[in-house]
Amino acid sequence: MTNENIILKINEFLTDEFEVEAGSITPEANLKKTLDLDSLDYIDLVVVVESNFGFKVKPEDFTHIVSFQDFYDYVIRRVDAKELA
Amino acid sequence: MFPASCMNRVVITGLGIYSCLGKNLAEVKDSLYAGKSGIVFDPDRKEFGYRSALTGMVDRPNLKGLLDRRARVMLPEQGEYAYMATLEALANAKMDQDYIDSKEVGIIYGNDSSAEAVISGIDLMREKKDNTLVGSGSVFQTMNSTVTMNLATIFKLKGINFTVSAACASGSHAIGLGYHFIKSGLQECIICGGAQEINKFSMGNFDALSAFSVREAEPTKASRPFDRDRDGLIPSGGAATVILESLESALKRGAPILGEVLGYGFSSNGAHISNPTVDGPVRALTMALKDAGIAADQVAYINAHATSTPAGDASEAKAIDQVFGQSRPFVSSTKSMTGHECWMAGASEIVYSMLMMQHGFIAPNINFENPDEDSAKLNIAKTTINKEFEIFLSNSFGFGGTNSSLIVKKWT
Repeated sequence: MTNENIILKINEFLTDEFEVEAGSITPEANLKKTLDLDSLDYIDLVVVVESNFGFKVKPEDFTHIVSFQDFYDYVIRRVDAKELA
Repeated sequence: MFPASCMNRVVITGLGIYSCLGKNLAEVKDSLYAGKSGIVFDPDRKEFGYRSALTGMVDRPNLKGLLDRRARVMLPEQGEYAYMATLEALANAKMDQDYIDSKEVGIIYGNDSSAEAVISGIDLMREKKDNTLVGSGSVFQTMNSTVTMNLATIFKLKGINFTVSAACASGSHAIGLGYHFIKSGLQECIICGGAQEINKFSMGNFDALSAFSVREAEPTKASRPFDRDRDGLIPSGGAATVILESLESALKRGAPILGEVLGYGFSSNGAHISNPTVDGPVRALTMALKDAGIAADQVAYINAHATSTPAGDASEAKAIDQVFGQSRPFVSSTKSMTGHECWMAGASEIVYSMLMMQHGFIAPNINFENPDEDSAKLNIAKTTINKEFEIFLSNSFGFGGTNSSLIVKKWT
């Protein structure tokens, strides 16, 4: 899967799951604020990533993810690692 | 006990209903008057292994646009029904969010299962072998208190907040307890009700008892409480909400007063877990009359618990005859149309009876074609009866021998 496709897929499921306007998701935007995430929503974010990419985000990994770009980079890294494994 | 001089009068100021007879009060009133059945044959249940695939059926509401994602993720099926019924009841009571925010409005709702949420959650945990992947909503959907925890959050309620689990008398006891909290002055207003899931996971083990009618070729004829040829009940579901309020509070805010809860009687059979008795219901009926301070002949209509099982209907008929044999009020079981709405039934049957009382009719006990020796002693409404009446009683009984009788008077 190309990085562009991964990002498209992420944006698609985030807008669907968290019911935000597609236009509000930009690489620089703050993930937590844009998606209005509380502690329970992070659990659903873990679920939706697992169902789309087949790996589980460790809760502690979120501490390094601030922007959508951080999130894209993290998912791309995990997908690449999975494909190499 | 509180001295009588300190007791509040408890009135009903709002009603809401979401059932197989209709998704609002107007639709349900028309169905009741027409004697319309809400029972269907569900092929999916047959495939699942049900002995009887008959059920009451109602569509799940689309809550997108009404509730945000967070609220929707937390709600199981019966919680969705309860939300719809409560929205209608609050509007009916002319109670808006500003009023709720300014008072300690409570909630006591009947619910005694959340099977689909439990089963789908456990299936997912087994498959994934990682509990996180069940998501954030599961724990809130699976608990018996799911309806009250969700509605208290959605409507930002600040008063009493708990669920009553009392099998098929849950909804009735919820109203009875709400009545006592207000009567004693501990609360001014409580959202009461009952909710029941319909999904195929919720009733399989009840079906295992061979308690359901197998008259699958004639779904609308299958629920026939008190009829000689009845062969079992039919599960059903939805939700019903009844807004209880102290008379003082209702008058102060200019609320529409629809009726007054006069009495609540309860008892436990102290016998078998599923076999009914006559003595238990008789004690609940007698206690309700005493609490209401009325004589048996003042009750014009009894909404019977009768579910269409041979043993249950016979016991209730004997109990009603024992207490009301002299006056012989009209009796009907609306379960002939709705099926058995289980945890919801005690609340929905208050709503059904209130609609009858408001609109001057007694809904029929459909499919009552031939009495047996017990039901022959009752004055059962075979067809719709146009009649103004002022006082009704509603019975609800449940597994474990729990009994509840409520008496309500029209507000004039």
